[in-house]
Amino acid sequence: MAIRLMAGRLEYVLAAAAILAVQDGFLVVRAQELVAAVSFDREIRPILSDLCFTCHGPDEAQRSSGLRLDQRDGLFSERSGGRVVSPGNVEASLLLQRILSADPDLQMPPPESQRHLTDGQKQLLSRWIQQGAKWSEHWAFVRPQAQTPPQTGNPGWCRNPIDQFVLARLESAGLRPATEADRRTLIRRVSLDLTGLPPKLSEVEAFVADESPDAWERVVDGLLASQAYGEHMAVAWLDAARYADTSGYQNDGPRSMWRWRDWVIEAFNRNLPFDQFTVEQIAGDLLEEPTLEQRIATGFNRNHRGNAEGGIIPEEYQVEYVADRVDTTFAVWQGLTMGCARCHDHKYDPLSQREYYQVFAWFNNLPESGRAIKEGNSPPLLKAPLPAQQRQLRELEQRVAEAEQRIRELQPELSSAVERWSFTAEARGEPDWVLTDGLQQAYRLSGSLESDGGQLLTLSPAGVEPQWTAWSGRQAILLDGGGMLESSGAGAFGYFDRFTLSAWIRPEAGSGTVLSRMIPVEQGEGYSVHLQDGRVQVNLVKRWLDDAIRVESESVLPAGQWVHLAVVYDGSRLATGIHLYVNGVEVPLAVRLDRLNQTFAVKAEPFRVGGGHSRFRGAVSEVRIYGRDLSSEEVQLLAVSESVAEIAGRGVGERNVGQRRKLETVWLERHADVVLRDVFERLPALRRQQRELDDQIPTVMVMQELPTPRETRVLQRGQYDRPGELVQPGVPAAFAGNFAGRHGNRLDLARWLVSGENPLTARVAVNRFWQRYFEFGLVRTTEDFGSQGEAPVYPELLDWLALEFQRIGWDMKALQRLIVTSATYRQSSRQSSELLAIDPDNRLLARGARRRLSAEVVRDQALSLSGLLTRSIGGPSVKPYQPEGLWKEIATDMEYEQSRGADLYRRSLYTYWKRTVAPPLMVTFDAASREACTVSRGRTNTPLQALALLNDVTFLEAARVLAQRELQAEAKSAVERIERMFCAVTLRLPTARELEILCARYERNVEVYRRQPEAALALIRAGESGVPETLNAGELAAFTTVASVLLNLDEVITRE
Amino acid sequence: MSGTIEQHVLSGRRGFLGRGAGGLGLAALGGLLGGECVAEQGAVGGAFPHAAPRAKRVIFLFQSGAPSQLDLFDYKPRLLGLRGTELPESVRQGQRLTGMTSSQSSFPVAPTMFRFRQRGSSGSWVSELLPRTASIADRLCFVRSMHTEAINHDPAITFFQTGAQLAGRPSLGSWLSYGLGSESSDLPAFVAMISGAGDQPLYDRLWGSGFLPTRYAGVKFRSQGDPVLYLSNPAGISREIRRGLLDDLQSLNGLRLEQTGDPEITTRIAQYEMAYRMQSSVPELTDLSGESAGTFELYGEEARRPGSFAWNCLMARRLCERGVRFVQLFHRGWDQHLELPKNIALQCRMTDQPTAALVTDLEQRGLLEDTVVVWGGEFGRTVYCQGKLTVSDYGRDHHPRCFTMWLAGAGIRGGQMWGETDDFSYNIVRDPVHVHDLNATLLHLLGIDHLRLTYKFQGRHYRLTDVHGNVSSGLLL
Repeated sequence: MAIRLMAGRLEYVLAAAAILAVQDGFLVVRAQELVAAVSFDREIRPILSDLCFTCHGPDEAQRSSGLRLDQRDGLFSERSGGRVVSPGNVEASLLLQRILSADPDLQMPPPESQRHLTDGQKQLLSRWIQQGAKWSEHWAFVRPQAQTPPQTGNPGWCRNPIDQFVLARLESAGLRPATEADRRTLIRRVSLDLTGLPPKLSEVEAFVADESPDAWERVVDGLLASQAYGEHMAVAWLDAARYADTSGYQNDGPRSMWRWRDWVIEAFNRNLPFDQFTVEQIAGDLLEEPTLEQRIATGFNRNHRGNAEGGIIPEEYQVEYVADRVDTTFAVWQGLTMGCARCHDHKYDPLSQREYYQVFAWFNNLPESGRAIKEGNSPPLLKAPLPAQQRQLRELEQRVAEAEQRIRELQPELSSAVERWSFTAEARGEPDWVLTDGLQQAYRLSGSLESDGGQLLTLSPAGVEPQWTAWSGRQAILLDGGGMLESSGAGAFGYFDRFTLSAWIRPEAGSGTVLSRMIPVEQGEGYSVHLQDGRVQVNLVKRWLDDAIRVESESVLPAGQWVHLAVVYDGSRLATGIHLYVNGVEVPLAVRLDRLNQTFAVKAEPFRVGGGHSRFRGAVSEVRIYGRDLSSEEVQLLAVSESVAEIAGRGVGERNVGQRRKLETVWLERHADVVLRDVFERLPALRRQQRELDDQIPTVMVMQELPTPRETRVLQRGQYDRPGELVQPGVPAAFAGNFAGRHGNRLDLARWLVSGENPLTARVAVNRFWQRYFEFGLVRTTEDFGSQGEAPVYPELLDWLALEFQRIGWDMKALQRLIVTSATYRQSSRQSSELLAIDPDNRLLARGARRRLSAEVVRDQALSLSGLLTRSIGGPSVKPYQPEGLWKEIATDMEYEQSRGADLYRRSLYTYWKRTVAPPLMVTFDAASREACTVSRGRTNTPLQALALLNDVTFLEAARVLAQRELQAEAKSAVERIERMFCAVTLRLPTARELEILCARYERNVEVYRRQPEAALALIRAGESGVPETLNAGELAAFTTVASVLLNLDEVITRE
Repeated sequence: MSGTIEQHVLSGRRGFLGRGAGGLGLAALGGLLGGECVAEQGAVGGAFPHAAPRAKRVIFLFQSGAPSQLDLFDYKPRLLGLRGTELPESVRQGQRLTGMTSSQSSFPVAPTMFRFRQRGSSGSWVSELLPRTASIADRLCFVRSMHTEAINHDPAITFFQTGAQLAGRPSLGSWLSYGLGSESSDLPAFVAMISGAGDQPLYDRLWGSGFLPTRYAGVKFRSQGDPVLYLSNPAGISREIRRGLLDDLQSLNGLRLEQTGDPEITTRIAQYEMAYRMQSSVPELTDLSGESAGTFELYGEEARRPGSFAWNCLMARRLCERGVRFVQLFHRGWDQHLELPKNIALQCRMTDQPTAALVTDLEQRGLLEDTVVVWGGEFGRTVYCQGKLTVSDYGRDHHPRCFTMWLAGAGIRGGQMWGETDDFSYNIVRDPVHVHDLNATLLHLLGIDHLRLTYKFQGRHYRLTDVHGNVSSGLLL
């Protein structure tokens, strides 16, 4: 009996249906029974690719003897001595001659390459040539072909076209699909698959009892509509996007990308079509009038690591960031290993080095620095207020406008009232006023070294008597260039602190440090206000030259004259965050250095007046330190040296703006009626509210274009310092389709990815969805659709799904609904030994997949089953339990501050991800490291996983809470409790044997804990959630041990 | 051909350990974290080891932060006369510097403050900072011509441990676990331990498995809490109760195996048993009560303090005794940009004795014959001063172009100084050894051809040594 076997695009004619195995997607059959048509695409190209392309492939530079085997022309070319491949004639084909040669000088691949063909591969090659050497393009670079779902012998089994493809293949392989899994298994399977959470027991029972024909579809629709769906879907996308909460290099400081993470969750939940999902993440910023959300979406390509290590060469890392974007984008959307073409032409796929840099050019156009911000987000970044904050912002803006309007209306009234008052005797006797809001220290230095708060400045060197000089009706201290004043308690600021330093000075030398808190050596760590040749310098220094800010006034201070100096720093860590005022007027600053990346706070040094790394010569008075950044109006008030009474004593025309404002301020504060005062005080209060709100608004790193595109050149050997040929943005020619650059920016790339012309995007996307529901993707090498990747097991199904996905408008929920409502998906995962022998990896899909839950789901399920799970979506990442000291032992300056309360029990995708010390529980269960793009995770089975499930407080607490809940419910017996607990965890009834095992254990353990009450107490105290005191500790402990066994069951950590 | 196919068929999935690699050691030897080799590609290149190994184990004493070769091993007497003079451009040759010093206005030569002496019969130069190391100089092969590519800590140390500057590749130890498996049935094949403090952090990736399955990752043994994460039973669960619970778990899982036919459950059952065994093997390992007074004389009293470098050295020996293949120590604190003389002396005081003790101890126990010990950091330090050069103080910036490491033990030609640098310890003038060469050499000692230990990922056959590396036979016996 001869039957025809359809194995992908490969046709076998078999004498008997004796399939022995499926290995790597290949049907393995007894050779003597096989008269097979060899497929070039599936069988021959992989051999050539793996063994020959390195020297005879796309890479021009490495190509030997000018021979190219990755293209038709080369493979069939005439060479001296014959044709490389001579169809139908094995003996005449040089390819085979060389491969089979025993002469080491002739043998291919050369012996020293360490590459060898197996006998099977040699036979395949020879059969292929014998059969006429049919050639075809690599399947993945050819657009998906329309497929008609095949007819099968059992149409009744097929629920949708997926099943037709699968069943036809199974039938031709002589296999039958597995029976449908039972309903309990099914609803648990689909809930875990679609939402990452188990169903409630009540939902299971309802589904089991639901006899309506669309019961399954309704379950699926309910799950797709749940918020948990978006959260679960997001996890794999976060892996792909290398999302994390830290920057990933060296000190691995924090960043804040959770607004992007929440965008992803929301995009899945509102079922944003995949084409838009793509365009917004690649180029949302370049859409016409992009919304805030569309700009946040571009955070995708800012999730790469950022290097803030001192001493790096920024150009080197800027290149790395762009390369990361290229590699990630092409891995995620094209399933290609683009990075292989960075240093040379791709060895296997038609991607030239030049093309690599053409793609590079799309992503090379950001106003970014290779040197990342150490703590926080690196530019370009976006303020990304949450919806509630957006509302508040609008409201405040409105109220500010109103307040300003009222002030404008009432200003004349205020001015005339103040003017009238200023002529009164009261005004001329008015006590003086100074700005005290935010004031930390005020050293008047008028005959005393004591501050207003009683803190003493000491004169250094010791033993010198202070010298005083008269100034403006008071005194000022005279520094001779030798002495200085010190106070250990004042001015302890770091780079996140806002502050203002203010003083009156009369310099008598061009250079000297006025105010500082620094290590007193030249360019020492700390901050200083310094005079250099008459110019005012402000220095914020961690390490001079590469970790510091220096700004300098453009103008020179007049020597020998009193001036008021104020330096304001806004905590932004940028030179633009420093403002210098001379006599109340802001002066232009030249930026000498703007590379601050760590705090300049020095603990061991005092605040100094007149000293730092050099001494000030001249007079100083009225030194004030404010713990906030004063506004220019406020500084203007500080720069008024005259008292209120003095100003009042002058004629109106003799009062300058500052003096008038000082009078107004004093009058409003002390003498105005409530109504007027309210009007004028409302504005600053509102501005403060705005500021406070602004401080709370999260930021997110985003994509942004430079107005003038940065030049992109081919980098020789991929090195940042070896630029070569200039290139323009473009896409790989081998599958460019009808690519046309309309916009000349990333938007072109984004639109090309999701155009029908692109042969890869839809296939790669559906393949990734597919791998969520079965052991592997239809293409097992999710990350590589190139010639080194594995050919699809079901190429027609892959093409059909890819086209269907596009036909339904890239509807992600609909696509997955299609998959999970298929009969293929609903098969039991039971593995017979026959099937296991034939198809151990289940590539043919003759059964359902059985696989361990992912790291996140293992934990989330335990939280959910116990009822501990906190259901809230989004927000900053949280820090659940982790063994103590893990960060501290290898990191330098970050400590893990564990969350408290509800945040301990949030879904695992919200767990704070520090890349260099990733969450241990997640890593133990094979979570991706998030250091680079990952499109499929491994699944291992290790003793460390056993230890974690047995001993980690996460699971112990879940077990205890499960037990506790059971103990608080009515029950006739312990057996009943154990049975119910078993149901709660496994969602099925225990067998008699299972129940017997657990009950016997309970009886034994309850006895042990009765005898050892301390042990019981110790066990039930696991975790931070409370234990009701009414419960018997021994019983609870014994039930906890049983619950712990349940949570460790293979079936419980497995999706069956 | 049909025979091969039959083999494939008969081997099935799970029973097929080390598929395609004909007896790859990995999981077959019950690599602790290996468990079974599930649907896994075997390494290309045939069975490991490729050749009779000279060494069975490696202890890597990594000195994180980069110790100064100029103050420890690379003796440059001529520099004394050049103190404070500008580093000649002919030496620097426009090579790149880090951003910390590249805009320094001058590059004054800073000779070491420490005295050097030739040691042992081999006459290797060692500084006075390391008297104990000096005393075993005849065992050591000093490689003064090490060089690397990166000039910053993170990429440089990542390069050292994984062969690439960027994250994502498997670490040396995980390649070894993947290639050779474990010799121990109840301890991991690859253990990492940390000591010291300082400016420079470490990263999980340094003992991570990169794109290899996570089971090949190093297990970090900690000095705080459980030596291995989640090792101890929680308070209230005694060993007896644990045993009982495990018995039930295994019975119940066994029932499920009958139901589902999934051989993965068999593996799981085995891994829970392994976990249980570890619960006694690891505490036994870290229990030093059986160590003699002589041990602590040798390693110093610090060896009693968990988390100290000395303790870790002693642990390294104990791990070796128990068949652990790769012990990776990281000692932090060598990043001496400023105040180098003071800080390096402190570091040396902390590490010198236990380092020498470990080599001596291994030798006395006959373990040095098949154990390689490696000492060194991620790069060297500059001859020119960073910051202010004063009578008693100087600092040194990162220097990738030459630095010194030493090796000892199995297959190593001890008592020699390999390679040579110029008078400024700036460029190598003879016998350079690149990081890839060192890694190739270490693999070679373990019987592995570094060209053939590969793993296919993203379509490419990756190696620890990327596309580089040569065995440095000059270091070998």
